[in-house]
Amino acid sequence: MAVLVLAEHDNDSLNPATLTAISAATQLSNTIEVLVAGSDCAGAAAATAAVTGVSKVIVADAAHYGNALAENVAPLVVELSSSYSHVLAASTTDGKNIMPRVAALLDVAQISDIVAVDSESIFKRPIYAGNIIATVESSDRIKVITVRTTAFDPVSSEGGSAAIENIDAGADMGLSRYLAQDLTKSDRPELAAADIIVSGGRGVGSSENFAIIEELADKLGAAVGASRAAVDAGYVPNDYQVGQTGKVVAPGLYIAIGISGAIQHLAGMKDSKVIVAINKDEEAPIFGVADYGLVGDLFKEVPNMVAALDK
Amino acid sequence: MKILVAVKRAIDYNVKARPKSDGSGVELANVKMSMNPFDEIAVEEAIRIQEAGIAAEIVAVSVGPKQCQETLRTAMAMGADRGILVETDEEVQPLAVAKILKALVEKEAPGIILLGKQAIDDDSNQTGQMLAALLKWGQATFACGVEFAGEELKVNREVDGGTQSISVKLPAIITVDLRLNEPRYVKLPNIMKAKKKQLDIFSPAELEVDITPRLKLIKAEEPPVRVGGVTVADVDELVDKLRNEAKVI
Repeated sequence: MAVLVLAEHDNDSLNPATLTAISAATQLSNTIEVLVAGSDCAGAAAATAAVTGVSKVIVADAAHYGNALAENVAPLVVELSSSYSHVLAASTTDGKNIMPRVAALLDVAQISDIVAVDSESIFKRPIYAGNIIATVESSDRIKVITVRTTAFDPVSSEGGSAAIENIDAGADMGLSRYLAQDLTKSDRPELAAADIIVSGGRGVGSSENFAIIEELADKLGAAVGASRAAVDAGYVPNDYQVGQTGKVVAPGLYIAIGISGAIQHLAGMKDSKVIVAINKDEEAPIFGVADYGLVGDLFKEVPNMVAALDK
Repeated sequence: MKILVAVKRAIDYNVKARPKSDGSGVELANVKMSMNPFDEIAVEEAIRIQEAGIAAEIVAVSVGPKQCQETLRTAMAMGADRGILVETDEEVQPLAVAKILKALVEKEAPGIILLGKQAIDDDSNQTGQMLAALLKWGQATFACGVEFAGEELKVNREVDGGTQSISVKLPAIITVDLRLNEPRYVKLPNIMKAKKKQLDIFSPAELEVDITPRLKLIKAEEPPVRVGGVTVADVDELVDKLRNEAKVI
């Protein structure tokens, strides 16, 4: 049976997170259809049609789909779902917002944040901040799934030539309205997509001091992250947060600076390929997961590292 | 207006969970349990809305074993007016919790339902959205700011790239994120007062909700353990290792 993937997009282009959801879908079926619900979303639809492995792109274009409001998108997914064995989306904030609404409307469970597909009804997912991997079996007729983006290699965004089918839009449910968004402006790579991440914790001490972290990040062409403690203390915005309740990342290199390594933070970064920890407390748990640990004062060591990178 | 706030008894934030030795589940015997931290933020927000004169009554609800009464007493010590426990020793998955809450909404007719965005045990992040679907209400998830504007709520939401603001019609569901507020400390006299507050107990059967789990746990295991590496003497050694050994920069 075919599998449906809900695309995340900004109407013009496809969010790379969707490429990992499609990757998970390829383990479930050879027929993968992708729903692009948006407003003036021909650009996103064309980008989706070019993705390797996509059989068909289904487009619902209407003003009330423009901002991915769950109240409007979920009924559309439900309407389509009877032809599919599985409905998947990336576990982004949009995916997390929309998919449980889809599942409840279908009277099925959602399998959140899968990290492996064992069979068409058995999946692995992390629970308890990733300290336990649960293997779960779904008995529901349609499996509604969100996909942890770091656990699947994205499919190529090129090479495909799927047909695009336009469908009629459903109703505007009129329950919610999009007002505005305030996205963090940055020339740095996005956390979710970065090869290198430099993260700061409470040890950084203040919002101003975060400039030290940013300087190292810029030297390495890295994204900037933070622990929950640093977010709670108001040093940086919440979208920098790496951890159980923030973003889950798995870059090639993760540099944790002034981060003690609470369970909740480790949950968000311990799948990184190489982990570096810089902390003045040699007992800090972060050293237990770090490939390279440097015990020292971050205010001295980080500028030294920036200088050393120039050598 | 009445506010319903859902609170879950979950493993304490500082405890590292381990699987049972036979892999049949999570070891919770003698483990410290507390109110799910996001639900504390939900309770705090309910109290602030009441303090602003917008809500008349706050009803805290929990689903689970008898010990959830403690969780409800904590919510009442913070400021909830009364509590409802839907008591069961069975596993209750998010869809079943949403159905139980829907049954209570039909009894209580709240204008707002507040929930934590996710529980730190199963990390599902589903219940609020599912409840909104079952009630056909609007949903404001991952809230970091809530403002009232007549028959609508203006909610700031934490999204991947920053924040987003939406307007939701009342009645509505709000699931809260961590920056929304800082929950108050419970004062001793309030703990005493909370013991006298009304706490009603129902069974899922009394609410005519089928809580049969849809997902079966086949195995619970520890993830591959990451082994700590080496300590380097200085940044020069670190940069050298990253360049020539790990080859990541």
